[in-house]
Amino acid sequence: MIELAENVLKGDMRSIGRAISMVENNGSNREELIDEIFPHTGRAIVWGLTGAPGSGKSTLLDAMISNLRAQKRKVAVIAVDPSSPFSGGAILGDRLRMQRHSTDPGVFIRSMASRGHLGGIATATVDTIKILDAAGFDLIVIETIGVGQTEIEVVELADVVLLVLVPGMGDEIQALKAGVMEIGDIFVINKKDLDGALKLKTEVEYVLHLKSNGNSMEINPVILTSATLNEGIAEAILTTDGYYQKMLTDGRLASKRRQRVENEVRRIVGNKLRQIADEHFQIDLKISQWTERIVSRQQTPYALIHSQLDKLLKESKVYD
Amino acid sequence: MAKKIRVLIAKPGLDGHDRGAKYIARALKDAGYEVIYTGIRQTPEAIAKTAIQEDVDFVGLSLLSGAHNELFPRVVDLLRENKAGDIIVFGGGVIPENDIPGLKEKGLSTIFTPGTAIKSVIDFIEEHRSRIEN
Repeated sequence: MIELAENVLKGDMRSIGRAISMVENNGSNREELIDEIFPHTGRAIVWGLTGAPGSGKSTLLDAMISNLRAQKRKVAVIAVDPSSPFSGGAILGDRLRMQRHSTDPGVFIRSMASRGHLGGIATATVDTIKILDAAGFDLIVIETIGVGQTEIEVVELADVVLLVLVPGMGDEIQALKAGVMEIGDIFVINKKDLDGALKLKTEVEYVLHLKSNGNSMEINPVILTSATLNEGIAEAILTTDGYYQKMLTDGRLASKRRQRVENEVRRIVGNKLRQIADEHFQIDLKISQWTERIVSRQQTPYALIHSQLDKLLKESKVYD
Repeated sequence: MAKKIRVLIAKPGLDGHDRGAKYIARALKDAGYEVIYTGIRQTPEAIAKTAIQEDVDFVGLSLLSGAHNELFPRVVDLLRENKAGDIIVFGGGVIPENDIPGLKEKGLSTIFTPGTAIKSVIDFIEEHRSRIEN
């Protein structure tokens, strides 16, 4: 077994940090590392925490960590923030709100930039979850802003998703229509001390009622919190734990996790196929040649691509 | 794809003047680095633990209170104690010229004093890139 994997299993912080970087940078031992820790995974519960920028996710999580630590649960956080599309850099500031937990050996916080990861941030996150799970954390929380396809992919890696909403962000119903509602399991209305919090709760409950088709058992929980006043935090945790238990007993968790593995396999196979295409067919070079022929209008796009791909596959010696 | 360089910008001690630290953080982001910013009033212990969890390549410490001779080397020592002595630590702020040799002796790679052009910081990071990628 590689030494790094061994030390991750022992819970060594330095090694956990290193292992996550290996995954992020798609380092040479990545696949070996993941295969070695895989038998030790599957124990941790994964929460997704999502919501618009400024909704108070990190502050809420900070308060939740204190509560979870009082229950002796070991907590790891993966805080995903966007990379700049211009410079590729990022400012990762989510942990600023949680810094008081940084010296607690039962807490591990890792900031991740969305980057242009090979296979997407979801691939890096899914392996980071495995590392933290194998290292012995009971609960892993993925924190991310809930907009855009990438973020949705990331948050779908969670067993239970907490969607954080705040009053005063415009016409609430419009925000809810935008497709955000489908992603949440638990709806947390944060900053409940602000005007409009109760109104927002009523509106969210109304929309959830419509979604549930009148089946009161299926209605998602809505909780009011104030992260800064430390109110509603215990209730949010209790509700999320309860929801997880329910998903466990009614079989939804098992099917969700199965789906997640299937997505992962799809992603890996897709990446591998692309790699094979690059290595054996120099596909990038060919694409630029094909582009030229289409730009100069010598051929039509689909006819060209079909005939060229057919030719490549017939000539290929990949399967010899 | 080249490895992404990760930098922790932290303010140890009790002064709350974080304009310089925030300026550096932003400039390094614009230079294409991933910058982890922890905010003000961090203990050396919290900074070292953060650097380890985030697996950064550099730690930049900013301090304007005068406690640099105590706090900067403390961060270096804690990193070394935690098998993270390879992380490059640099400092910035109002540091008297006379203190700089002593700080370097205690493991600070370099000290940037007021008026430093941001390019010097980026050049410093780039000069160490080969050391990180190995």
